[in-house]
Amino acid sequence: MSEQTTCPSCKAASSKEDLVRNLMTCPSCGYHFRMEPADRVAYLADPGSFQEFCKHMKSLNPIDMDGYEEKLTEATRKSSMEEAVITGTCSIEGMPVVLAVMSFSFMGGSMGSVVGEKITRAMMKGVETRTPVIVYATSGGARMQEGIFSLMQMAKTASAAAELDRAGVPLFLVLCDPTTGGVTASFAMLGDITIAEPGALIGFAGPRVVEGTIKQTLPEGFQRAEFQQDKGFVDIIVARKEQRALFVKLLKAHRTADSASASAGAKGGTK
Amino acid sequence: MSSEKKAQSRIDELKKFAIEAGIDISDELKRIADKIGDTAKSAKAWQRVELARNPDRPRALDIIANICDDFIELHGDRYYGDDAALIGGIGFINGIPVTIIGNQKGRNLKETVARNGGMANPEGYRKALRLAKQAEKFHRPIITLIDTQGAYPGLGAEERGIGEAIAMNLREFSQLKTPVICIIIGEGGSGGALGIGVGDKVYMLENAVYSVISPEGYASILLRDSSQAKNAAAMMKITAEDVYSLKICNGIIGEPAGGAHLDPAESSKRIKEIIVRDLEDLMPRNPAVLVRYRNQKIRKFGHFTEN
Repeated sequence: MSEQTTCPSCKAASSKEDLVRNLMTCPSCGYHFRMEPADRVAYLADPGSFQEFCKHMKSLNPIDMDGYEEKLTEATRKSSMEEAVITGTCSIEGMPVVLAVMSFSFMGGSMGSVVGEKITRAMMKGVETRTPVIVYATSGGARMQEGIFSLMQMAKTASAAAELDRAGVPLFLVLCDPTTGGVTASFAMLGDITIAEPGALIGFAGPRVVEGTIKQTLPEGFQRAEFQQDKGFVDIIVARKEQRALFVKLLKAHRTADSASASAGAKGGTK
Repeated sequence: MSSEKKAQSRIDELKKFAIEAGIDISDELKRIADKIGDTAKSAKAWQRVELARNPDRPRALDIIANICDDFIELHGDRYYGDDAALIGGIGFINGIPVTIIGNQKGRNLKETVARNGGMANPEGYRKALRLAKQAEKFHRPIITLIDTQGAYPGLGAEERGIGEAIAMNLREFSQLKTPVICIIIGEGGSGGALGIGVGDKVYMLENAVYSVISPEGYASILLRDSSQAKNAAAMMKITAEDVYSLKICNGIIGEPAGGAHLDPAESSKRIKEIIVRDLEDLMPRNPAVLVRYRNQKIRKFGHFTEN
């Protein structure tokens, strides 16, 4: 008998296998559980097309913070990832993309030097190869153990997003539960098209911090994906099982002259 | 006698006693010495934090009044309103027109309320971006004066997209085809500071601090003990000396003895000297080259290994 998971929304119990088959969403109410990068890649990328880069990039301890190395080792042991984001190239229905997928399981998806560098390189790869970039964001914010260097990753990823913007290469963002802090205040809010997963918490200051400031109870649904769409900061809320089909349409809509001719060339098409 | 010296003389006494009694206390002594060192470091870092937050410290508008021949304040983001916590306008420094943008804290309770304690809302950051683009359009260099504990973590700020507003500033400031000089004059608090902190040159006043989160925040979140703020201040390496040695800022602007608040005119004079020197250097540069160098610098921030 496999382990049962209770849905926090409808309280229905599901087996691990059912959840995985259902893309980590509740089979009865559609509640979105958190999903690991490897599972997202398996869902999105054409089989065998994903080629990871910067796989072994690791954090150092730039401000000699007590206990940081141990925290990193522990995070790797728990999540079997080396950092809070994986990056690579792949294709979706034959159309090439650069993909960066964050994990909340690795130190709360916090952005330190490695996350900043990998996101930056993914974007710059998009600029160099004129390939659309898809980023799945989920993060508690800056990696405070890296002090001022974690803050600077906001400037760094935003500078790379600027290059993509100037080059006219599309940047698609998917905001997953939760996306907050320094990630929200940098690349996560810089997509040409901003997609959110249903119910995802999206904001700059965390809800408890805001509550502490205003000394009132927050309105129902505050900072959720639906709230953000209502306030004008999210283009579209898309359930996980619909995301791949959406990307197929978006990639077709953003095919540039050079990428269209490149794929035509690959098929041995017109001269 | 300072407490540090007092402790040292007690240690010397103990050492003598231990030698006479034939006991080895070197391990204990090392532990005590380390503890004293840590305490001294914490005290020094915290002293900077207190100076950076001193209510009498010269504010952005005080410095502007001192360094400009003339200043015209401009208001509003054109979308929502005007944010008194983040000010901006056109000034003349030695006759050169510049755009100046700064966080503005109050000095007394009434001003502090009016300025929201220097914590800006999205409209503040959008005003900053509007003025920065205006400066670019008319080939004016930009000076930013940073002094905030952070962006305002309120309900309205979230509703109006404080994250998006800061993100857009980071992206757009990186591409401005005009020189940008940023000076942290007091508190450089997190994304709220960085939102007007992307530039060609970044300086810190000697007693300014620059950090990803306040020492209090670090202590309560990561050390799970809010009373550890003083230790957190040292651990996080937030002083001008620290940030300079980590190569995040280009230089430190010295303050008069005891802190900038004791002689605002002299502090402003030193800030002006740096600005004038850098304008001479940056203004003749090709804007495309300026932007390329700025982005190359930004993209180098970070420490990692690839093996």
